[in-house]
Amino acid sequence: MKFYDVTELAVRNLRESILRNSLTTVGISVGVASLVAMLSLGIGLQQLANRRLQKSGLFDTVVVTSRRDLRGFNREQEENGPTPAESPALDDAARQKIQQLPDVAEAFPDIRFVTDLRFDEKPHLTMVSGMPFSAKNNDAFDGMQGSFFSSETGYEAILQKSFAEELLGKKSKFGEEANVAEIAKPLLGKTLTMRYAERTATTPAPGASDSSAGTAYSVISREVTLKIVGVSDLDPDSLRAQARARVFIPLKLAQDLHVMQPSDLRDTTNVVAGKPAYTSMQVRVNNPKNVQTVEDAIKKMGYNTFSIVDATRSMRQFFAVLDLFLGIFGSLALAVASIGIINTLVMAILERRREIGIMKAIGASDTDVRGLFFAEAGAMGVFGGFLGVALGWTIGRVINVGTNVYLKRQHFPPEQIWFVPWWLVLGAIVFAIVVSLVSGLYPASRAAQLDPVQALRYE
Amino acid sequence: MSVTTSNCPSAVETSDLCRHHQMGDALIRAVDGISLRIQPGEFVALLGTSGSGKSSLLNLIAGLDRPTSGQVVVHGQDLAKMSRQQLAKYRLQTAGMVFQSFNLIPSMTLLENVELPLRFAEVERGQRDGLARQALDRVGLGARVRHRPTELSGGEQQRASLARALINQPRLLLADEPTGNLDSHTGTEVMSFIREFNESMGMTVVMVTHERALAERYAKRLIFLADGKLVKMESLEIATPASRGAES
Repeated sequence: MKFYDVTELAVRNLRESILRNSLTTVGISVGVASLVAMLSLGIGLQQLANRRLQKSGLFDTVVVTSRRDLRGFNREQEENGPTPAESPALDDAARQKIQQLPDVAEAFPDIRFVTDLRFDEKPHLTMVSGMPFSAKNNDAFDGMQGSFFSSETGYEAILQKSFAEELLGKKSKFGEEANVAEIAKPLLGKTLTMRYAERTATTPAPGASDSSAGTAYSVISREVTLKIVGVSDLDPDSLRAQARARVFIPLKLAQDLHVMQPSDLRDTTNVVAGKPAYTSMQVRVNNPKNVQTVEDAIKKMGYNTFSIVDATRSMRQFFAVLDLFLGIFGSLALAVASIGIINTLVMAILERRREIGIMKAIGASDTDVRGLFFAEAGAMGVFGGFLGVALGWTIGRVINVGTNVYLKRQHFPPEQIWFVPWWLVLGAIVFAIVVSLVSGLYPASRAAQLDPVQALRYE
Repeated sequence: MSVTTSNCPSAVETSDLCRHHQMGDALIRAVDGISLRIQPGEFVALLGTSGSGKSSLLNLIAGLDRPTSGQVVVHGQDLAKMSRQQLAKYRLQTAGMVFQSFNLIPSMTLLENVELPLRFAEVERGQRDGLARQALDRVGLGARVRHRPTELSGGEQQRASLARALINQPRLLLADEPTGNLDSHTGTEVMSFIREFNESMGMTVVMVTHERALAERYAKRLIFLADGKLVKMESLEIATPASRGAES
């Protein structure tokens, strides 16, 4: 019998016992739905974790330091690279060079300084960090209250939540999450006074050698007023370098202010000095998978580098195991459904025993009969698969909506914890068909083996 | 594997054909050493009381059952040597069957029932519909193609069953008590169709019946069975299509 004839007859046979076959199909769809819902939640959680980690900047950032400051991150780098005295300085020229490397999104100096900030006439000592303007787009400030800097040189500040609490004289208890919105409300628009040490170049003393040109400077204490434009809940203990600071100002402003840096003192004795050098630099790579390549290229330039590459691998491994377990639990319902298919088809053989006998008497081969029952099982799998994917998608969506309602009540930003990729849709349908066909093997072969004489006698 | 035995001119030939069943301790000899020969185009009636083995013999000739021993050769093909697949093909192409209880599939319309053997023969869909309508027209059911068997009378169902048996133009028609569930009028109607196909298409007909009068009216030869054995054969003085042609 031709394929379309087998399919047509199978569908018509399924329609004849519509209630029983529908219930069996619903059984399959529940199995598929549980599989899809479980895996879509697993995948969603994995993506959520990925997003969170990406936001933390842990996996797309390479920290670059000069070997000249003798604080190499890796002993091997120091042993194999050029000697510290021969290694290049980490200055603006190096930044331009690194920025031009393939797969590098941006490279910016790490400007940080501990200083005194006054708010309501009270002094607060903290770390201030220059934040590149591009950070506006890399969603590191998701959940931030207020707005990002209005310009690259604006006299504006974004406060870390705990510092904002300190300014207000509040202290959240251990384990309690303070609400950023509530903290930000009284602070946004207000001003801070920042005191800092400005480095200004001076003319070299008469008789000094040329090599000391540009390295002589004077330090002047200055004050600027900064407007508080935002309060962020970025974790200050995360490894993202700027996050170790609790007040952020635009990077360009930080550079323009010529704030005295710890490396400045060392530079006064450096023979290659003359231009301002940076303590460290951060290089953002366009994709975490390219981190290693970029790191290698920077090392070749004679700098020390540091990144976390392997952490994503172990996280992927954890989620692979989680998805496997979720998949196994999800498949249990499908295994139960497969018993339903066997039961339905065995019942159908009993009921249609005479019909099978008639078909054989008028010329149906064993293959035709087997194919027919096989196709019925397959058709139930196809219908069950599609219905199950739709049901699983709906369940996942409902769980997602429910979770977001809960998160909203707890004053957390909404999260996408559920994701159905196209391969899961296709895979679930194919899996449902395969399970149905395997379940149909025994009934189909039993139907094919029926003795036509016995079958025709059956009433 | 070839199952052709010889250039045998017979339509059906059995030799020492046996079909025994073991029922507990008892051995049932449904067919017990029957040897007979049926000529192509012949109309033969198998007669006997209930349990005489006539339906068992018909099932063996139809390839629905396999002999315990002996041979059954149809148009040169030894059915005992055929595989299940070959027997299915034989039932599809060589032997058409009509049953006492019509055996139409109740969930299908008459058209679908009649075109079912064409599906098994992998005839194209477009061609199938025309052939099935033609066959139903031939038995006077052209207007009932969309009806289900349960919506028809017994005579109409048997005519539809006849149309289905003949759709693949078999050389052999096997009828198991074709009028058993019909009144005499509709029985005669159905038998007239069978005779017409026997005469016009030269189709060999083997009919099982327990009505001697019916057999004498339509068959050329009567074969009597009792306890699975062939007990008597009677040739009747009925003009065959060939002899009619010679007479005219």
